[in-house]
Amino acid sequence: MTGKKTEQIVKISLYLIVLAILSWAYFTGAFQFIIDNPGDLLYLTGQHLKLVAISAALAIVTAVPLGILITRPKFKKYDWIVMNFANIGQTVPSLAILALVMSYFGLGWQTAIFALWFNSLLPILRNTVAGIENVNPLIIDAGKGMGMTSKQIFFKLEVPNAMYAIMAGIRTSVVINVGTAALAFLIGGGGLGDLIFTGISLYDTGIMLSGAVPVIMLAILLDFLLGRFEKVIIPRGLQRTLEAA
Amino acid sequence: MIEFKNVTKVYESGNKKVTAVNDINFQVEQGEICVFLGPSGCGKTTLLRMVNRLIPITSGGIEVEGKDIHSMDMIKLRRSIGYVIQHNGLFPNMTIEENINVVPKMLGWDQSKMKKRFVDLMDMMGLDAGQFQKRYPYELSGGQQQRIGIARALAADPPVMLMDEPFGALDPVIRDHLQNEFLKIQREMKKTILFVSHDIDEAIKLGDKIAIFDTGKLMQIGTPDEILSTPKNDFVRDFVGDDRTLKRLTLLNVRDLMVLIDGFKKNRLNHDWHGPVISINENLKSALAVLLTAPNGEACVVDDHHRKIGVLHVSDFSLLTEVHPKDISIVR
Repeated sequence: MTGKKTEQIVKISLYLIVLAILSWAYFTGAFQFIIDNPGDLLYLTGQHLKLVAISAALAIVTAVPLGILITRPKFKKYDWIVMNFANIGQTVPSLAILALVMSYFGLGWQTAIFALWFNSLLPILRNTVAGIENVNPLIIDAGKGMGMTSKQIFFKLEVPNAMYAIMAGIRTSVVINVGTAALAFLIGGGGLGDLIFTGISLYDTGIMLSGAVPVIMLAILLDFLLGRFEKVIIPRGLQRTLEAA
Repeated sequence: MIEFKNVTKVYESGNKKVTAVNDINFQVEQGEICVFLGPSGCGKTTLLRMVNRLIPITSGGIEVEGKDIHSMDMIKLRRSIGYVIQHNGLFPNMTIEENINVVPKMLGWDQSKMKKRFVDLMDMMGLDAGQFQKRYPYELSGGQQQRIGIARALAADPPVMLMDEPFGALDPVIRDHLQNEFLKIQREMKKTILFVSHDIDEAIKLGDKIAIFDTGKLMQIGTPDEILSTPKNDFVRDFVGDDRTLKRLTLLNVRDLMVLIDGFKKNRLNHDWHGPVISINENLKSALAVLLTAPNGEACVVDDHHRKIGVLHVSDFSLLTEVHPKDISIVR
């Protein structure tokens, strides 16, 4: 009960913050800018989404299988190498990654995608590993004892029961990714960062917010959509923890 | 039938060797419940898990239904043995019906056969099939979950069942209730069951045979009466407890004692009885408890239809000296 109450308070304060930013944006003329330049905004949002979509998709198809691989008994002994590598990778600031990668890939959206992909790996990887390792060993034992093959144990027990954690990692990663993608502008990757950094250099809060507000909206929207998607792909028997969300 | 032949399990860690199961030899007959009893770390669970090859055997052999388990395909072997664990091990991502159908599905049963089996099993467990079919494990109480766990192990009608403390996590009332139901079901099914427990009372109640283990060695195997009346060594004596004679009373019921009393019905009928009453089916330990608190140490025995049959006195228990359940069944 108290947990639910805290959650409500947090939710309400978050909505209030968003509302505050929105009204700030309204009074600084960000909405006016958006209304005056709908084409620009649409184009930049499209670019932004493309960066997020491609880098997140790449991160999912690398981090999930990698996470699964290092939980297999055969590769278990290497998991600390991968996890440490990912941890250290995460400590490098996104901006530094951009700078480092830029010297190899040059300027442009490919570089941005590489950096965003790299930045998105850890939450997904970590949650995939934690999700699979935390599947109740009793149910694995029961499955083995009942004569399930290791393939059946993987697909029918491990993956469905780790799905909640894996999806949580993907959600976290995507939301962070939407924010970080604003930096892509700095290396010519485009996206809504264009407006944000233009606003900053012009000391024009309105223009800055006309980029920032859509970024916030995108993050909230994507999180919401992924939340809906969770309901579809997480087995119903495990969803009581989701009911509050 | 299950036969253990010189079964040994040695765990090696570094240069240390630990013998978890030490040269075990015995057999469990078709249709019997054999309870593996002992303190934790005595090797009882290890021995159980070697039967479906969850733990590889170091030396010796196990035969199930006359076949060496190592000559069989491991997956096939496991599918032919029911497996129930403590905390039920139900799959939270599957509905109750899906859980129960796991093994039948792997064996390739058709839909209608699985459906029928599901309904039959739920009936057997005293649960409503329609009500539970689409529900998930978390929506069930502990007792209900454990029933589903047992139903799931029975699904493909395996001749042999392995049960690892299946009632261990339940509260005493529910446990007692499930034990009784389990015995009722077993009387019809006649499965060969290996049952791990650390509870002597549970072993006495459920076991046709009890095998007592300590530090990987088989201390004694025998019927509950044999274990309680003639413990082979100090370990068994200590383990079954000082009150083993009292525990033995649970093996007999009031009906058995009545057989030993000459002319019980003729001489001792009293229709005006207003004191305590005991059911004819009550075990003698509970009956003794009633008699010890009854005025004059007397209570009236009533039959299944609550008809008064006669009066039992606490002194009648002296007739039980040196009497074994198997003697009574001969008298009867």
